[in-house]
Amino acid sequence: MLDKNVTLSLKGCIQGALLCIPVFPGIIALSAVFGTVAAQKGLTFLETLMINSLVFAGASQFVAMEVYNEPLTWGLLIAMVGVTGAVNMRMLLIGASLRPWLGQVPGYQTYPALFFLTDLNWLLAISQYEKGTRDWGVFLGSGLTIWAVWSLSVIPGYFAGSLITDPKAFGLDVILPAFFAALLVPLWKGKRQTVSWLVAGGVAWVTWIAVGGYWSIFTGAVAGAIAGAYLDE
Amino acid sequence: MPLRELTWMSEAIAASGALPSDWMFVVAVIGMVAVTYSLRAGGYWLMGRLSITPRVRRGLEALPGAIIVSTILPIVLKGGIAVGLCLVVAIAAQVKLKKEYAAVFCAALVAAGLRAVGI
Repeated sequence: MLDKNVTLSLKGCIQGALLCIPVFPGIIALSAVFGTVAAQKGLTFLETLMINSLVFAGASQFVAMEVYNEPLTWGLLIAMVGVTGAVNMRMLLIGASLRPWLGQVPGYQTYPALFFLTDLNWLLAISQYEKGTRDWGVFLGSGLTIWAVWSLSVIPGYFAGSLITDPKAFGLDVILPAFFAALLVPLWKGKRQTVSWLVAGGVAWVTWIAVGGYWSIFTGAVAGAIAGAYLDE
Repeated sequence: MPLRELTWMSEAIAASGALPSDWMFVVAVIGMVAVTYSLRAGGYWLMGRLSITPRVRRGLEALPGAIIVSTILPIVLKGGIAVGLCLVVAIAAQVKLKKEYAAVFCAALVAAGLRAVGI
Protein backbone atom coordinates (compact mmCIF):
# COMPACT_ATOMS: atom_id res chain seq x y z
CA MET A 1 0.00 0.00 0.00
CA LEU A 2 1.53 3.23 -1.14
CA ASP A 3 0.08 6.69 -0.88
CA LYS A 4 -1.21 8.36 -3.97
CA ASN A 5 -1.15 12.14 -4.46
CA VAL A 6 2.42 12.50 -3.23
CA THR A 7 3.71 15.87 -4.44
CA LEU A 8 6.79 18.05 -4.23
CA SER A 9 6.48 21.83 -4.17
CA LEU A 10 8.51 24.87 -3.22
CA LYS A 11 5.77 25.77 -0.76
CA GLY A 12 6.30 22.44 0.96
CA CYS A 13 10.06 23.00 1.09
CA ILE A 14 9.59 26.44 2.65
CA GLN A 15 7.12 25.03 5.15
CA GLY A 16 9.69 22.38 6.07
CA ALA A 17 12.38 25.05 6.47
CA LEU A 18 10.17 27.17 8.73
CA LEU A 19 9.29 24.18 10.91
CA CYS A 20 12.99 23.80 11.82
CA ILE A 21 13.30 27.26 13.34
CA PRO A 22 12.45 26.23 16.94
CA VAL A 23 15.38 23.82 16.96
CA PHE A 24 17.95 26.18 15.44
CA PRO A 25 19.49 27.00 18.85
CA GLY A 26 19.89 23.29 19.55
CA ILE A 27 21.48 22.56 16.14
CA ILE A 28 23.78 25.59 16.31
CA ALA A 29 24.96 24.77 19.83
CA LEU A 30 25.60 21.10 19.02
CA SER A 31 27.47 21.82 15.80
CA ALA A 32 29.53 24.60 17.42
CA VAL A 33 30.49 22.22 20.23
CA PHE A 34 31.52 19.67 17.61
CA GLY A 35 33.73 22.32 16.01
CA THR A 36 35.38 22.93 19.36
CA VAL A 37 35.91 19.23 20.02
CA ALA A 38 37.39 18.76 16.53
CA ALA A 39 39.77 21.70 17.04
CA GLN A 40 40.89 20.32 20.39
CA LYS A 41 41.47 16.91 18.80
CA GLY A 42 43.81 18.58 16.30
CA LEU A 43 41.72 18.31 13.12
CA THR A 44 42.44 20.94 10.49
CA PHE A 45 39.67 23.35 9.52
CA LEU A 46 39.06 21.52 6.23
CA GLU A 47 38.99 18.15 7.91
CA THR A 48 36.42 19.48 10.36
CA LEU A 49 34.20 20.88 7.59
CA MET A 50 34.49 17.65 5.66
CA ILE A 51 33.54 15.31 8.47
CA ASN A 52 30.79 17.62 9.74
CA SER A 53 29.04 18.28 6.43
CA LEU A 54 29.52 14.91 4.79
CA VAL A 55 28.81 12.56 7.68
CA PHE A 56 26.10 14.95 8.92
CA ALA A 57 25.04 12.82 11.88
CA GLY A 58 25.71 14.59 15.18
CA ALA A 59 25.89 11.83 17.77
CA SER A 60 28.03 9.55 15.61
CA GLN A 61 30.50 12.37 14.87
CA PHE A 62 31.05 12.92 18.57
CA VAL A 63 31.53 9.23 19.23
CA ALA A 64 33.95 8.95 16.28
CA MET A 65 35.93 11.88 17.74
CA GLU A 66 36.19 9.94 21.01
CA VAL A 67 37.84 7.14 19.06
CA TYR A 68 40.03 9.38 16.88
CA ASN A 69 43.67 9.87 17.76
CA GLU A 70 46.85 11.07 16.07
CA PRO A 71 48.35 9.24 14.28
CA LEU A 72 45.35 7.68 12.66
CA THR A 73 46.00 3.95 12.19
CA TRP A 74 43.94 1.45 10.21
CA GLY A 75 42.67 0.01 13.49
CA LEU A 76 41.40 3.38 14.67
CA LEU A 77 39.97 4.09 11.22
CA ILE A 78 37.94 0.87 11.25
CA ALA A 79 36.80 1.62 14.80
CA MET A 80 35.62 5.10 13.74
CA VAL A 81 33.61 3.66 10.86
CA GLY A 82 32.27 0.90 13.12
CA VAL A 83 31.01 3.19 15.88
CA THR A 84 29.49 5.48 13.25
CA GLY A 85 27.52 2.52 11.91
CA ALA A 86 26.42 1.44 15.38
CA VAL A 87 25.24 4.90 16.41
CA ASN A 88 23.45 5.49 13.11
CA MET A 89 21.79 2.07 12.92
CA ARG A 90 18.46 3.69 13.76
CA MET A 91 18.52 5.42 10.36
CA LEU A 92 17.60 2.09 8.77
CA LEU A 93 14.31 2.23 10.65
CA ILE A 94 13.69 5.92 10.09
CA GLY A 95 14.23 5.45 6.37
CA ALA A 96 12.00 2.37 6.31
CA SER A 97 9.14 4.35 7.82
CA LEU A 98 9.28 6.84 4.92
CA ARG A 99 8.56 4.13 2.33
CA PRO A 100 4.75 4.36 2.32
CA TRP A 101 5.04 8.10 1.70
CA LEU A 102 7.99 8.40 -0.70
CA GLY A 103 7.48 5.05 -2.44
CA GLN A 104 5.73 6.73 -5.37
CA VAL A 105 8.52 9.24 -5.95
CA PRO A 106 11.14 8.27 -8.56
CA GLY A 107 14.40 6.95 -7.15
CA TYR A 108 16.58 9.62 -8.74
CA GLN A 109 14.79 12.11 -6.48
CA THR A 110 14.45 10.09 -3.28
CA TYR A 111 17.94 8.59 -3.06
CA PRO A 112 19.82 11.92 -3.20
CA ALA A 113 17.23 13.38 -0.78
CA LEU A 114 17.89 10.54 1.67
CA PHE A 115 21.41 11.95 2.19
CA PHE A 116 19.66 14.71 4.18
CA LEU A 117 17.76 12.26 6.39
CA THR A 118 18.21 13.05 10.07
CA ASP A 119 16.10 12.30 13.13
CA LEU A 120 15.01 15.90 13.16
CA ASN A 121 13.68 16.40 9.65
CA TRP A 122 12.27 12.90 9.63
CA LEU A 123 10.37 13.69 12.80
CA LEU A 124 9.14 17.03 11.46
CA ALA A 125 8.07 15.45 8.19
CA ILE A 126 6.39 12.43 9.74
CA SER A 127 4.37 14.59 12.13
CA GLN A 128 3.16 16.63 9.13
CA TYR A 129 2.37 13.36 7.35
CA GLU A 130 0.23 12.31 10.31
CA LYS A 131 -1.73 15.53 9.83
CA GLY A 132 -2.41 14.62 6.21
CA THR A 133 0.46 16.36 4.36
CA ARG A 134 1.65 14.43 1.31
CA ASP A 135 3.98 17.12 -0.08
CA TRP A 136 7.42 15.64 0.55
CA GLY A 137 8.98 19.10 0.19
CA VAL A 138 8.46 19.27 3.96
CA PHE A 139 11.06 16.51 4.32
CA LEU A 140 13.45 17.92 1.71
CA GLY A 141 13.19 21.56 2.78
CA SER A 142 13.75 20.77 6.45
CA GLY A 143 16.65 18.44 5.58
CA LEU A 144 18.43 21.05 3.46
CA THR A 145 17.86 23.76 6.06
CA ILE A 146 19.20 21.65 8.91
CA TRP A 147 22.20 20.67 6.78
CA ALA A 148 22.98 24.33 5.97
CA VAL A 149 22.67 25.49 9.58
CA TRP A 150 24.66 22.48 10.81
CA SER A 151 27.41 23.07 8.23
CA LEU A 152 27.80 26.78 9.05
CA SER A 153 27.57 26.55 12.83
CA VAL A 154 30.67 24.41 13.11
CA ILE A 155 32.85 27.32 11.88
CA PRO A 156 32.52 29.69 14.88
CA GLY A 157 32.79 26.67 17.17
CA TYR A 158 36.06 25.64 15.56
CA PHE A 159 37.65 29.11 15.77
CA ALA A 160 36.16 30.54 18.93
CA GLY A 161 36.93 27.47 21.02
CA SER A 162 33.42 27.65 22.22
CA LEU A 163 30.93 30.43 21.73
CA ILE A 164 28.94 29.27 24.66
CA THR A 165 31.23 28.00 27.36
CA ASP A 166 28.52 26.06 29.13
CA PRO A 167 25.53 25.12 26.94
CA LYS A 168 23.90 23.49 29.97
CA ALA A 169 23.61 26.78 31.86
CA PHE A 170 21.29 28.08 29.15
CA GLY A 171 19.34 24.86 28.92
CA LEU A 172 20.54 24.35 25.34
CA ASP A 173 21.23 20.66 25.93
CA VAL A 174 17.54 19.91 26.51
CA ILE A 175 16.30 21.57 23.31
CA LEU A 176 16.61 18.48 21.11
CA PRO A 177 15.16 15.93 23.58
CA ALA A 178 12.39 18.41 24.49
CA PHE A 179 11.55 18.81 20.82
CA PHE A 180 11.36 15.02 20.48
CA ALA A 181 9.12 14.78 23.53
CA ALA A 182 6.83 17.51 22.18
CA LEU A 183 6.49 15.73 18.83
CA LEU A 184 5.55 12.54 20.63
CA VAL A 185 2.34 14.17 21.87
CA PRO A 186 0.38 14.30 18.58
CA LEU A 187 1.51 10.76 17.74
CA TRP A 188 -0.44 9.36 20.68
CA LYS A 189 -3.83 8.08 19.64
CA GLY A 190 -4.73 5.42 22.18
CA LYS A 191 -4.01 1.98 23.60
CA ARG A 192 -1.93 0.81 20.62
CA GLN A 193 0.60 3.61 21.13
CA THR A 194 0.61 3.19 24.91
CA VAL A 195 1.47 -0.50 24.64
CA SER A 196 3.96 -0.07 21.81
CA TRP A 197 5.76 2.79 23.60
CA LEU A 198 5.87 0.90 26.90
CA VAL A 199 7.44 -2.07 25.10
CA ALA A 200 9.91 0.24 23.32
CA GLY A 201 10.80 2.01 26.56
CA GLY A 202 11.16 -1.24 28.52
CA VAL A 203 13.42 -2.90 25.95
CA ALA A 204 15.45 0.30 25.48
CA TRP A 205 15.94 0.55 29.24
CA VAL A 206 17.08 -3.07 29.61
CA THR A 207 19.44 -2.66 26.64
CA TRP A 208 20.85 0.57 28.03
CA ILE A 209 21.59 -1.08 31.38
CA ALA A 210 23.00 -4.23 29.73
CA VAL A 211 25.23 -2.78 26.98
CA GLY A 212 24.90 1.01 27.25
CA GLY A 213 25.67 3.26 24.31
CA TYR A 214 23.27 3.75 21.45
CA TRP A 215 22.07 0.20 20.90
CA SER A 216 19.00 0.89 23.04
CA ILE A 217 17.60 3.16 20.31
CA PHE A 218 17.69 0.29 17.85
CA THR A 219 16.42 -2.52 20.07
CA GLY A 220 13.71 -0.36 21.65
CA ALA A 221 12.48 0.90 18.28
CA VAL A 222 12.35 -2.61 16.76
CA ALA A 223 10.54 -4.00 19.82
CA GLY A 224 8.02 -1.13 19.76
CA ALA A 225 7.37 -1.57 16.04
CA ILE A 226 6.84 -5.33 16.43
CA ALA A 227 4.45 -4.71 19.32
CA GLY A 228 2.57 -2.21 17.15
CA ALA A 229 2.44 -4.62 14.22
CA TYR A 230 1.03 -7.50 16.27
CA LEU A 231 -1.42 -5.50 18.29
CA ASP A 232 -4.76 -6.01 16.64
CA GLU A 233 -7.06 -3.14 15.89
CA MET B 1 54.44 11.69 -11.27
CA PRO B 2 58.06 10.50 -11.72
CA LEU B 3 58.70 6.89 -10.83
CA ARG B 4 61.32 7.88 -8.27
CA GLU B 5 58.74 9.83 -6.25
CA LEU B 6 56.21 7.05 -6.46
CA THR B 7 58.76 4.62 -5.11
CA TRP B 8 59.63 7.05 -2.34
CA MET B 9 55.97 7.43 -1.45
CA SER B 10 55.28 3.75 -1.37
CA GLU B 11 58.37 3.24 0.77
CA ALA B 12 57.21 5.94 3.13
CA ILE B 13 53.81 4.32 3.33
CA ALA B 14 55.34 0.95 4.00
CA ALA B 15 57.69 2.41 6.62
CA SER B 16 54.92 4.15 8.56
CA GLY B 17 52.60 1.18 8.19
CA ALA B 18 49.88 3.55 7.09
CA LEU B 19 49.00 6.21 4.58
CA PRO B 20 50.01 9.76 5.50
CA SER B 21 47.80 10.87 8.34
CA ASP B 22 45.69 13.39 6.43
CA TRP B 23 44.95 10.84 3.69
CA MET B 24 44.01 8.34 6.34
CA PHE B 25 41.58 10.91 7.65
CA VAL B 26 39.99 11.28 4.23
CA VAL B 27 39.65 7.49 4.02
CA ALA B 28 38.04 7.48 7.49
CA VAL B 29 35.54 10.14 6.44
CA ILE B 30 34.73 8.28 3.23
CA GLY B 31 34.12 5.15 5.32
CA MET B 32 31.90 7.01 7.77
CA VAL B 33 29.93 8.66 4.97
CA ALA B 34 29.50 5.35 3.13
CA VAL B 35 28.22 3.50 6.19
CA THR B 36 25.93 6.37 7.20
CA TYR B 37 24.47 6.83 3.74
CA SER B 38 23.86 3.11 3.31
CA LEU B 39 21.91 3.18 6.59
CA ARG B 40 20.02 6.30 5.51
CA ALA B 41 19.03 4.78 2.18
CA GLY B 42 19.13 1.07 3.13
CA GLY B 43 15.99 0.86 5.24
CA TYR B 44 14.03 2.75 2.61
CA TRP B 45 15.43 0.56 -0.16
CA LEU B 46 14.67 -2.66 1.70
CA MET B 47 11.05 -1.68 2.32
CA GLY B 48 10.64 -1.29 -1.43
CA ARG B 49 11.62 -4.93 -1.88
CA LEU B 50 9.29 -6.26 0.80
CA SER B 51 5.58 -6.22 0.22
CA ILE B 52 3.90 -3.85 2.63
CA THR B 53 1.25 -6.06 4.21
CA PRO B 54 -1.20 -4.56 6.74
CA ARG B 55 0.96 -6.02 9.50
CA VAL B 56 4.15 -4.44 8.13
CA ARG B 57 2.30 -1.17 7.69
CA ARG B 58 1.12 -1.23 11.31
CA GLY B 59 4.70 -1.89 12.36
CA LEU B 60 5.94 1.05 10.28
CA GLU B 61 3.25 3.26 11.78
CA ALA B 62 4.33 2.28 15.28
CA LEU B 63 7.98 2.96 14.43
CA PRO B 64 8.17 6.77 14.83
CA GLY B 65 6.81 6.77 18.39
CA ALA B 66 8.94 3.77 19.34
CA ILE B 67 12.08 5.45 17.99
CA ILE B 68 11.36 8.68 19.86
CA VAL B 69 10.70 6.86 23.14
CA SER B 70 13.88 4.79 22.76
CA THR B 71 15.90 7.90 21.85
CA ILE B 72 14.67 10.00 24.76
CA LEU B 73 14.99 7.30 27.41
CA PRO B 74 18.81 7.06 27.52
CA ILE B 75 19.02 10.87 27.52
CA VAL B 76 16.79 10.96 30.60
CA LEU B 77 18.70 8.10 32.26
CA LYS B 78 21.98 9.95 31.69
CA GLY B 79 20.65 13.44 32.41
CA GLY B 80 18.89 12.61 35.67
CA ILE B 81 16.00 14.37 37.34
CA ALA B 82 16.65 17.80 35.77
CA VAL B 83 16.41 16.51 32.19
CA GLY B 84 13.47 14.25 33.03
CA LEU B 85 11.60 17.16 34.55
CA CYS B 86 12.29 19.36 31.51
CA LEU B 87 10.83 16.74 29.20
CA VAL B 88 7.71 16.46 31.35
CA VAL B 89 7.42 20.26 31.06
CA ALA B 90 7.86 20.00 27.27
CA ILE B 91 5.11 17.37 27.00
CA ALA B 92 2.77 19.34 29.27
CA ALA B 93 3.39 22.53 27.28
CA GLN B 94 2.78 20.70 24.03
CA VAL B 95 -0.51 19.22 25.29
CA LYS B 96 -1.63 22.64 26.50
CA LEU B 97 -0.28 24.98 23.80
CA LYS B 98 0.09 22.64 20.80
CA LYS B 99 3.15 24.58 19.63
CA GLU B 100 6.52 22.82 19.40
CA TYR B 101 8.56 26.01 19.74
CA ALA B 102 6.68 26.93 22.92
CA ALA B 103 7.30 23.48 24.37
CA VAL B 104 11.03 23.69 23.54
CA PHE B 105 11.26 27.20 24.98
CA CYS B 106 9.55 26.20 28.25
CA ALA B 107 11.83 23.17 28.63
CA ALA B 108 15.01 25.20 28.01
CA LEU B 109 13.80 27.86 30.46
CA VAL B 110 13.14 25.27 33.17
CA ALA B 111 16.53 23.66 32.47
CA ALA B 112 18.32 27.01 32.80
CA GLY B 113 16.40 27.69 36.02
CA LEU B 114 17.23 24.29 37.51
CA ARG B 115 20.93 24.67 36.61
CA ALA B 116 20.97 28.17 38.13
CA VAL B 117 19.86 26.73 41.46
CA GLY B 118 22.29 23.86 41.07
CA ILE B 119 20.07 20.84 40.32
